[in-house]
Amino acid sequence: MTRISVNVDGIAYQDDVEPRLLLVHYLRDRLGKTGTPIGCDTTNCGACTVLLDGRSVKSCSVLAVQADQCEITTIEGVSSDGTWHPVQRAFHEEHALQCGYCTPGMIMASIDLLKDDPDPSEEAVRDGLEGNLCRCTGYCNIVRAVRRAAQEMRVTAP
Amino acid sequence: MIPASFDYLRPSTLDEALTMLAEAGEDAKVLAGGHSLLPLLRLRLAYPAALVDVGRVAELRGVADRGDHVYIGATTTHDEVVHSPIVKEHCPLVALATATVADPAVRHRGTFGGSLAHADPAGDLPSVAVALDMEFVVHSPTGRRTVPASGFFLDYLESALEPGEILAGVRVPKLGPGWGFHYEKFHRTAQAWATVGVAVAVRRSNGTVEEARVGLTNMGPIPVRASGVEEAVRGAEAGESLREAAGRADEGTDPPADLHAQPDYRRHLARVLTHRALLSAAAHPTG
Ligand SMILES: Cc1cc2nc3c(=O)[nH]c(=O)nc-3n(C[C@H](O)[C@H](O)[C@H](O)COP(=O)(O)OP(=O)(O)OC[C@H]3O[C@@H](n4cnc5c(N)ncnc54)[C@H](O)[C@@H]3O)c2cc1C
Repeated sequence: MTRISVNVDGIAYQDDVEPRLLLVHYLRDRLGKTGTPIGCDTTNCGACTVLLDGRSVKSCSVLAVQADQCEITTIEGVSSDGTWHPVQRAFHEEHALQCGYCTPGMIMASIDLLKDDPDPSEEAVRDGLEGNLCRCTGYCNIVRAVRRAAQEMRVTAP
Repeated sequence: MIPASFDYLRPSTLDEALTMLAEAGEDAKVLAGGHSLLPLLRLRLAYPAALVDVGRVAELRGVADRGDHVYIGATTTHDEVVHSPIVKEHCPLVALATATVADPAVRHRGTFGGSLAHADPAGDLPSVAVALDMEFVVHSPTGRRTVPASGFFLDYLESALEPGEILAGVRVPKLGPGWGFHYEKFHRTAQAWATVGVAVAVRRSNGTVEEARVGLTNMGPIPVRASGVEEAVRGAEAGESLREAAGRADEGTDPPADLHAQPDYRRHLARVLTHRALLSAAAHPTG
């Protein structure tokens, strides 16, 4: 067992974990944060994307011990005081989901993308989300939602 | 899937890492970004007794301008390489190829040195390493040695690294003014590995190609230089003769057969992609 200290969605945790425990299993099974789903389990689909020290990562391909001393944000930590994150709101408004399975990962990857590029072109959104697969073929609405969120975040940015 | 159990060791200096690796014995492995190793562990295609995580060894990370070459620390992430102003200015071919690796989330974790140490001929960086004659700085408990790219890749997933050795970083020689670059990658879906890739650097003057370096991705068990092309383009005008030269791209190669392509199709791709890469590199603004 190895002791880790992490901050997940604003709360500090200390836990003893087996080195082979994957971050996504730690989040779901130990912390109960089932908002992050497991899709392919082969690092391809991006459903399990979370932010690790602010950058998008596929949590099925990171060991919990590698996240020691890090800050993790999951889909459960992006809204504040019951107010949705602009990206969440835009996904709702633009109907950017059908079954919803890829949505947590799509939203986390989009938040990361918008940090680098607050006004992405359609192509930039598609490139930025190339590691996230939607099998309901919802990409058009997803791209629209990310660009709508970008616009809203630019307007409300201080 | 869940990997088999292993011990986890996390050194904070290179010396400590070398000691831990030596003490952990032959069944220990270095863990960098984990984006090639963890998928193997999950599929239980590998079951090391211990992982030595070099992810927090500060001296292994970062990009430095060292006069006649750029030094890229082994654990510098793909994302850091792509965004490095030093890489962009002095070895843009590295940035161009790295930007095609997988997707943003994978590039946040996967490392420059990990990609090279993994020695996957389908990886995008090994062909760039041979095209640019990079030098690999390798540490062991008994000292340090330098391995040229031409001697680093031995076979499919096999590099010149011995058990107990750690790749500390890579020297990328600066080519100087007058060079143009391009990395042309053919893959069937976004974020997929290259079916074939071609890394090209050309030096031009007055509309003529003076010199070219051409590296091939996934045209055999190790990355290779297309020396026939390099020979044929020397002194050629940057026009129709480039197509002719590119026709020699598959000479001496031994492309694999897999789900994505048969060898004859890969040979065809190598010729077509080399032509495209030469055209783009010849049109690339000089640094
Ligand atoms: C979905 C997906 C898509 C991908 N697509 C591409 C692609 O299109 N093109 C491409 O090039 N790559 C691709 N990759 C691979 C990616 O680039 C990996 O980051 C890279 O192959 C390995 O780097 P790493 O830091 O993750 O190494 P790890 O997985 O940590 O290690 C890989 C191997 O190298 C050894 N090693 C690592 N660092 C060192 C060191 N410093 N010294 C000695 N040995 C070391 C390890 O022991 C291990 O054997 C993809 C990966 C995934 C998961």
